[in-house]
Amino acid sequence: MAWLVMFFVVPMVQLFLVSLQSDYPGFPGYYYQDVNVANYARALTDFAPHFGRSMLFAGLATFFAFVLGYPLAYAMAFKAGRWRGVMMICVIAPFFTSFILRTIAWRQILSDEGWIASTLNAINLLPGGRITETWVAVVAGLTYNFLPFMVLPIYSSLERANPTVIEAGGDLYANGFTTFRTVTLPMSLPGVLAGTLLTFIPAAGDYVNAELLGSDVSTKMVGNVIESQFFRVLGGFPDAAALSFTLMALILALVFAYTRKFGTEELL
Amino acid sequence: MGIFTTRASTALREAKGDLRIENVTKRFADFVAVDDLSLVVPRGSFFALLGPSGCGKTTTLRMVAGLEQPTAGKVLIGDTDLTGSRPYERPVNTVFQSYALFPHLTVRENVAFGPKRRGLPDALKLADEALALVEMGHLAQRKPAMMSGGQQQRVAVARALVNRPEVLLLDEPLGALDLKLRRQMQVELKRIQTEVGLTFIHVTHDQEEAMTMADTVAVMNKGQIEQMGAPAELYDLPTTTFVANFLGQANMVEAKQVGLDGDRPVYEAFGHRWWVPRHRSSVPAGEPAAYGIRPEKLRLNHERPALGGSSAAAGPGVLRDVSFTGVSTQYLVDLPGLGTWGVFERGRWIVRRRGVARSRRICCSCRGWPGW
Repeated sequence: MAWLVMFFVVPMVQLFLVSLQSDYPGFPGYYYQDVNVANYARALTDFAPHFGRSMLFAGLATFFAFVLGYPLAYAMAFKAGRWRGVMMICVIAPFFTSFILRTIAWRQILSDEGWIASTLNAINLLPGGRITETWVAVVAGLTYNFLPFMVLPIYSSLERANPTVIEAGGDLYANGFTTFRTVTLPMSLPGVLAGTLLTFIPAAGDYVNAELLGSDVSTKMVGNVIESQFFRVLGGFPDAAALSFTLMALILALVFAYTRKFGTEELL
Repeated sequence: MGIFTTRASTALREAKGDLRIENVTKRFADFVAVDDLSLVVPRGSFFALLGPSGCGKTTTLRMVAGLEQPTAGKVLIGDTDLTGSRPYERPVNTVFQSYALFPHLTVRENVAFGPKRRGLPDALKLADEALALVEMGHLAQRKPAMMSGGQQQRVAVARALVNRPEVLLLDEPLGALDLKLRRQMQVELKRIQTEVGLTFIHVTHDQEEAMTMADTVAVMNKGQIEQMGAPAELYDLPTTTFVANFLGQANMVEAKQVGLDGDRPVYEAFGHRWWVPRHRSSVPAGEPAAYGIRPEKLRLNHERPALGGSSAAAGPGVLRDVSFTGVSTQYLVDLPGLGTWGVFERGRWIVRRRGVARSRRICCSCRGWPGW
C-alpha cells in the first residue's frame, strides 16, 4: 500500500496540481498554484490532431502486432516442438539492448538509401519516395517495439489451453479452421486482450518512434508534444501536465470501453 | 464472431453397422502401441477395453475416433472404411478422460456445439434434450469451470450423445471421480446406453468397472487382446495368467497335465493329483500349464480333508495374515512350494470356529471344480 502511495499516488497528485497551475504574468517559467482549467481546454483544442494521431498510430500498431504476433505465438505454442525455447529467446532477446538503439537501427534500415526504400523506389512502389519521416515508419517502429508484448501473453494463454479441448473440437465435427475459429481463438482471447492492451497503452504514449522515425510536423504524437512542452518550451509545464492527464483519461476511457466489449473479468 | 457464417463445416461420412478393427498396428517411433489387433464390436453393444496403463487401449480408441491414424490395418463401421479420414468426418464421438469441455462456452453451448457444426437447425433443442437425459438441464447456463467433476462428466457425456453417433467412445471417463460417484455413474451410463441403444466402447483399467457395465470385455496387454468375452466367462475361465491376475485375484501354480481320468484331464502339482473338467482345461496333455483358483473358492481347515475325486487341498501351511474387509475376511497363507495364497471367507468367526489361528499349520481346500 505504501508502495502504491509512494510510486503512484504521490506523483499523480503532484502532476495533477501542476496541470492546474498558471504562469506569473511577466515571468515565464514561474508558476503559482491555481485551478486553471484553460490548460485542459488548450490541450484538447490546440493538440487535438496529436491526440488523433496517437490513437490512430497506436491502434494501427496494435492491429499489425496482432496480425504478426498471433501466428508467431500459435507456432510457438503448437508447432515449435523442441524449437520452442529458441523461438522464445528470439522474441525476448531484443530486450537486452536499449529500445532507443534498436529504433535508431530501424531508422538506418528504413532510410532513403537503405535497401528497403531503394528497392521499393526502383520498382516504383513508394509514392512519396521515402519511408522515414512518414507515418508508415512510425507505425512500423511502434509495431516492432511492442510486438513482444503482444506475443508473450497470447503465447501463454495458448500454452495453457488444454490440447484435448482442441481435439474435442475436431471430434465434434469441426474441421481445422472451424476448430480454430470456435475453440482455439476464443480460448486465447484473455491473452489477446492482455496483448492488445500491453501494446496499445505504451504505443499511445510513445514519442521515441515518432521522434526518430517520423517527420517534424505531420507525424508528431501526443508524447512528442508533452516531451517538448516539458523540456523545450518555456512555460510549458502546466500544458504538458494537462496533456499527460488528458492522454491518460483518453486511454483509460478507451481501455474501459474495450474491456467491457470483450469482457473478461480477470483483467480489470 | 459475427463476421463468419455458421455454415456446416463437415463432410460427415454415412456409416452404419458393427465397428470393425482389422489387423491394426500403431507404431510410435520405436514403440509398438497396438500390435496387429482385430476386433468386431456388434452394433448397439456395450464393449469394454480393459488393461493396465500403456497396454494400447487408449491408442486403439483414438484410432477409432480418428485422432490417431493406424500405421497399418483398417477401421470400418459397417462396410464404410474410415481409415485415413479426419475425426470430424466420422460418425464417432468421444467422452474424454479430462472431459475437455469448452471453457469459454456455457454448458448448453457446449452440448449444442456438435449439432451446430453439422448445421442442424434445432441444435439448442437437441442440446436441452441431451442435458435432460443426463439430468443436467438445470445447469444449462453455467460455465464448465463452475461445476464439479461429476457434473462436468455428465455434460461431457451429453455433448457426445447429442450427436447420436454410430459409436460412442469413453476414454476412462470415470477415472477422476471418487468411488461413490463412480459407482453411481456406472449405473447411469449403463442406463443411458440401454435407453439410446448406441454402441459404447469404454476404455478402463478398472476391472470392476468393466465387468459392471460391459456386455463384452476385451482384456488388452502389450498392444494385443489377451482374451475377450462376457465378464463372467473371463472371470471363471481365464485363458492366460495375465487375465487371471488382472481380473480379480488368483492363486496360481505351475501344474502339468499327466493323463486322463475318463475324459477328464488330470493335473499334477505340489505333490498330488486332481482332475479338472474338460471344458475348463485348455492345455494339451504333457504341456506345462498354470492352474489357478480364486481366493473366494477356497476354505480353511485345521486338518487336511480327505480327498475325494472332486475336491482338492493344499497345505499344510502357515497362516500369515488376517484382514477383515467387511464383506469377507481375507487370509494369507504361506504354503510350502506354492508361495503365498489368498483365501477369502465370509464372516469373521471362521478362524475361531475351525480352530485356525495365526502361525498355526492349516490347510486350504475346495470342493467342486472351481479352478482352471
